[in-house]
Amino acid sequence: MAGAGGSVPAAPASSPAPSRARRWLAVWGRNFRVWRKLVGPALLGNIGEPLLYLFGLGYGLGVFVGRVQGLDYITFLASGIVCASAMNTASFEGMYSAYTRMAVQHTWIGMLTTPLSTADVVVGEALWAATKSLFSAAAILLVAAALGVVHGWAALWVLPLAFLVGLCFGAMALVVTAVAGNYDFFLYYFTLLLTPMVLLSGVFFPLEQMPRAVQLGAELLPLSHAVALVRPLMTGGSLHGVALHLIVLVAYTGAGLVLATRLVDRRLMS
Amino acid sequence: MTGPVPSHRPEPGPTARTVPPAASLAVRARGLRKTYDDKPVVDGIDLEVQSGECFGLLGPNGAGKTTTLRMLLGMTVPEAGELSVLGHGVPAEARRLRSRIGVVPQMDNLDPDFTVVENLLTYASYFGLSGEAVASRVEDLIAFAALESKRKARIDALSGGMKRRLTLARALVNDPRLIVLDEPTTGLDPQARQLIWGRLRGLVREGRTLILTTHYMEEAERLCSRVAIMDRGRILATGEPRELIAEHIEPHVLEVHGDDLDAWLAGAAASRAARIERVGETAFCYVDDERPLVEDLCRCEHLRFLHRPANLEDVFLKLTGRELRD
Repeated sequence: MAGAGGSVPAAPASSPAPSRARRWLAVWGRNFRVWRKLVGPALLGNIGEPLLYLFGLGYGLGVFVGRVQGLDYITFLASGIVCASAMNTASFEGMYSAYTRMAVQHTWIGMLTTPLSTADVVVGEALWAATKSLFSAAAILLVAAALGVVHGWAALWVLPLAFLVGLCFGAMALVVTAVAGNYDFFLYYFTLLLTPMVLLSGVFFPLEQMPRAVQLGAELLPLSHAVALVRPLMTGGSLHGVALHLIVLVAYTGAGLVLATRLVDRRLMS
Repeated sequence: MTGPVPSHRPEPGPTARTVPPAASLAVRARGLRKTYDDKPVVDGIDLEVQSGECFGLLGPNGAGKTTTLRMLLGMTVPEAGELSVLGHGVPAEARRLRSRIGVVPQMDNLDPDFTVVENLLTYASYFGLSGEAVASRVEDLIAFAALESKRKARIDALSGGMKRRLTLARALVNDPRLIVLDEPTTGLDPQARQLIWGRLRGLVREGRTLILTTHYMEEAERLCSRVAIMDRGRILATGEPRELIAEHIEPHVLEVHGDDLDAWLAGAAASRAARIERVGETAFCYVDDERPLVEDLCRCEHLRFLHRPANLEDVFLKLTGRELRD
C-alpha cells in the first residue's frame, strides 16, 4: 500500500480566485448539502413547531379572543407566526449550528485556509440562514392557505420578505456567535432579546392597547417592521410605510453582517 | 519525567545564509514579529524556503511555529516585517496566495457530516472548482490517500491515519505548488506515519515545496532537506540536519545510568567527555571518540549504558534546553 499511487496529476485549470458570488455560494452549498442529509429533524423543528402554535393558539385561544383588527384570530395570528418563525429559524441556524461549525467542527477555519475570507463565510452563513427562513415561511404560508386564512396572491411577496427577515436575524445571530464562549451563552440573547421582541412586535396581539412608550420602543425592533409588512400582504389589508420598514430590516442586516465579520475576524484571524 | 534540571540559555545561532536568487524562493520573510498580550510569540524572524525543498520548522510547544505558519498563509497579520510567499505579498495578496497553497492543519477539521468523496468535492468548491474535471481529480486523490474502499464512508468511521491521509489529499485538491503542514503525523501509529512520509516524499519528488512543523526529530531528519530550530519566537539555527549535527554536537553520545554514576562521572568521564549533561538519573556524555569510555564502561558492572550516534534531537535539546514546556 505504502508504495502505490505516489504522484498526483495536475488539477483542472481554475481562475486564480473565485468570484464573490461563487465564494458565497460555496459556503451556502456546503450547508445546504449537510441539511439535505438531515432534512427530517430539521423540518420538524423549523415548520412543525410554528404550525403547532398556529393551530393551538389560533383555534384554542381564538375562541376566547374573537376578532382582532376585524380579522379572525387565526387569520391575524398566521402572519405573525410566519415572521416569528422566520426569525427563530435564522437565529437558531446563526447561533447553534454556526457555532458548531465555528468552534466544534472547525469548518470555518478550514474554509479560511482556502480563498474564502471571513466576510465570505459570514455572508454565506447568513444567506443560508435566510434560505432556511424562506423554507419555513413557505411551509407555514402553504398550510395557512389550505386553512383558508390567506387572502390573495399578494401573499407571495411574503416569501422574499421572509428571506430578508432571515438574513437580518441570521446576521445578528452571527454577531452573538462570534463572541460566544459556549452554547449556554445563546440563552441570554433568546431570553433578553428575541422573546421580548416576539411579544412586543405584534405577533400574537396588536400593540395598539399597549402604553405609548412600548409602542415607540417597538418601532426599533426589526421584527415589528416585518410584521407590519407581512400582515397586510397575507390578510389583504393596505400597506403603509413600506420603504421605512424595508430600510430598518436592511439596516439591521447590514450592521449585523459588518459587525459579525469584524468579530469573527478578531476571533479566528488574529 | 526527569527531575528539575538547571536550564541553560541557548546562544542565538547563525540564521544568515547565502542569499539565492529570489525567483527560486518559495518563502522570503524578513523581521516577522507578532505579540499576544505583550508577549512576543514571533520575535523578529528571518526565513527563506527554496522552491522544491522540504523545510522543517522545529521547536518545543509555544515556540511560535504555528503562528509563523499562520503568517505565511495570511491568517495572522504580522506587526512588523516583510513577507512574500510564492511571489505574493502577504497579507495583501493572501486570497490569491491561498488559491495556490495546500494546508494540512494541526487540528482535524474534516466535515463529519460528509463522506470521504463529499469532503473532497466540498473543499474543491471553496476554490471555485467544480464539474467533471474535479470529479476525476477527486478519484485520483482518493487513490493517493489509499482510501478507495472508504469513498462512501463517513468521517467518524475512519481511523486516525485515514483521516490524516484524507486531510493531506484534501490539501492537494487545488494542485498547490506549496503545501504547509502543521504537525502532520502527531498521534499516528508507526505504520500510518510511514505511509504519510512516503506520500510527502512523493510530493517533493514532483517538485512541490513542503513546509512542515513537527516535534519528532527523526521525522525532520528523514524528510527535511533543511530545518530551522525555533524557540521563544526566535530562530536559533537553520541548516541541513546533518550539517546542524556536525556543527553543534560531538558525533557520539553515551547515555549512562546506574548506581555508581556519580563516581564514574567525577572520574573517567570528566577527563574524556567533551560535554556531560545530567538529567535525573541519566548522564548524556558527548564525545568525539567513544572507544576509551565504552571500554571503561564495559568494566563497570553497576553501570548500564547506550552508545548511539548524535542526532537532531541532541541539537534540539542543546539549543532549546531540557526543561519541560507545558
